[in-house]
Amino acid sequence: MRNISLSIVILGVGLLASNLSAAGGAACGNYLSEDGLTKGECDKAYVDATDKPSLQRGAQIYMNYCLGCHSLKYARYKKVSEDLEIPLDMFKDNLIFGDQKMGDLIQVGMDPKEAKEWFGNTPPDLTLEAGLRGPDWVYTYLKSFYIDESRPLGVNNKVYENVGMPHVLVDLQGTPQSVCRQVSFVAENGGIRQDPLTGERLTQEQCGFLEVEAGTGQLNPEEFDEAMLDLTNFLAYMTDPMKTERESIGTYTLLYLFIFTMLSYLLYREFKKDLH
Amino acid sequence: MVTKLMNWFDDRLPLTATIERHLTKYPAPINMNIWYLAGVLLVVVLVIQLASGIWLLMNYEPTAEGAFASIQYIMRDVQYGYIIRYMHTTGASAFFALIFLHMFRGMMYGSYQKPRELLWVLGWITYLLLCMLGFTGYVLPWGQMSFWAAQVIMSLFGSIPYIGEDLLTWIRGDYLISGITLTRLFAFHVVLLPLALIAVVFVHILALHEVGSNNPDGVDVKKFKDEDGVPLDTKPFFPYDITHDLYAIGVFLIFFVAIMFFYPDGGGYVIEYVNYEAADNLKTPEHIVPSWYYTPYYAMLRAITFPVLGLSAKFLGFVVMAAGIAIFVALPWLDRSPVKSIKYKGFYSKFFLTLFVISFFVLGYLGSVASTPLGTLLAQFFTVTYFSYFLLMPIYTKYETCKPVPDRIQLS
Repeated sequence: MRNISLSIVILGVGLLASNLSAAGGAACGNYLSEDGLTKGECDKAYVDATDKPSLQRGAQIYMNYCLGCHSLKYARYKKVSEDLEIPLDMFKDNLIFGDQKMGDLIQVGMDPKEAKEWFGNTPPDLTLEAGLRGPDWVYTYLKSFYIDESRPLGVNNKVYENVGMPHVLVDLQGTPQSVCRQVSFVAENGGIRQDPLTGERLTQEQCGFLEVEAGTGQLNPEEFDEAMLDLTNFLAYMTDPMKTERESIGTYTLLYLFIFTMLSYLLYREFKKDLH
Repeated sequence: MVTKLMNWFDDRLPLTATIERHLTKYPAPINMNIWYLAGVLLVVVLVIQLASGIWLLMNYEPTAEGAFASIQYIMRDVQYGYIIRYMHTTGASAFFALIFLHMFRGMMYGSYQKPRELLWVLGWITYLLLCMLGFTGYVLPWGQMSFWAAQVIMSLFGSIPYIGEDLLTWIRGDYLISGITLTRLFAFHVVLLPLALIAVVFVHILALHEVGSNNPDGVDVKKFKDEDGVPLDTKPFFPYDITHDLYAIGVFLIFFVAIMFFYPDGGGYVIEYVNYEAADNLKTPEHIVPSWYYTPYYAMLRAITFPVLGLSAKFLGFVVMAAGIAIFVALPWLDRSPVKSIKYKGFYSKFFLTLFVISFFVLGYLGSVASTPLGTLLAQFFTVTYFSYFLLMPIYTKYETCKPVPDRIQLS
């Protein structure tokens, strides 16, 4: 009975745990994958809190392109400079605008009421955005702007339909268009439909792919993706700035507990001998 | 010197006698198994929660304007503040995981039966207090999920016929969830409920030491005693149980610390992702999901989709949910079996207990996902099977055939 009940409990916990992935991260709206096979699935953002150069590049993009509207109001400049190993003077000269101090929280100068008038909504604070939506969502969102003349600001986003935000990174990326392409028919079992006589692949038109007009941006598509990954990495760091410190302390704590548990086991074993 | 000091105290306070009675010489049955660890681990978690809670309190700001920012202040600017907070959030989940195991142990081995009815009732009260502590504590970070969970749970009181609306306003202290609601929940969470919890746990342990621990065989160890009056099939708590418990605490802390440092969100179960956004009373989150430890009861609440005799579905769901938590207290009087342990009970007891566990987990799962027509149907079915364990108990325990119980503990 003991074994049966134990296995039921384990099974139940497993059932709950299997739901883990469903709990985290938001789906990516109308985002179409590069091969046109999946819609609404985010691209994977491989964030790495130990990659300091990537975090530094991400901070640079953030301070130059995002901070005009989006605060990081729970974080302080000083801690960012320390964590990202950016020398104090360099940080002050290049990444702080206006008369803010190193110990200040990272605020924006814009008046929230005016911002609401301009964009329809106050631009949200982004300190915890990567925690709220997941890094994959942030990464995919950043790559999903496209020209849409029907919108007030002339742009739309595949991940966040009818978003109020302009495409601030247009200088870097260039002008992205939503285009149609001929793609193969793919059955659910993965088979590709072919012409029975010629054996040629049959295609159909599918719309919603994003294509950047060549030569309109400072970065080529690969470089832009790389830059957005850096920015996502920076936002993931923002949500959880203590990750590296936490995991290092955690490792020592676990080591200590392993030794403690081993010794307490030996003690337990000694006393157990008395009982039989 | 030490002896003299002890004598000085013993003349003024039953110090040695108390220590011997409750710790060093407390007789524990020799066949206690892994299920008996949940109790001592619960005490460990209680201490963790009290200690981390006091330190959180030093920097938390209980106002609607400042609460969310003060949590981030603890996470970023307070030295090791994030460790203290993660200790408290992981501790909350551990508390419930352990109390469920502890209660299940009692159900499995009939630990609620005579003479342990009061012990069981006291334990049930600690479970109630824990539910309230969990709810009030969950609201304090004042994130989106805090706010909307409070909204949903409190609105249940509004569904009570006639007095509902007025009662709801009285409980909230306002016409909607506001800073006033936050401060009163804060007062309950940090003063009233912990005080009550400590007091009830203390009496729970007193009662345990009065009647003695049950054991997996459910036999009465006090029937056979040696010449000193110590039950034969027991071992003294010190040093045999304490070394055993120390080892168990070590293993438990390894898991606890692993979650705390490496997986503090627990995949959205320990800390929900929606709570990364500050409370906003104009923006409802897509799915409002309670913490995992309430999901079985949340599923029951949602399972009732039809009004009966003019009572609204919401009110009936509330009643069913409350009954699901309350019914545990009736167990000592529902069980008519001549034997305690599931080992010697008949087929039906085993069947219904298994059904209960399966229902609990399925309801827990259903309560954590968005509701669908099939999900509602399943939730209704498993709500019925959940209650059948309790409500049919007087019948199946009375008429089933049990195995004979040995006089003394049989060690295999």
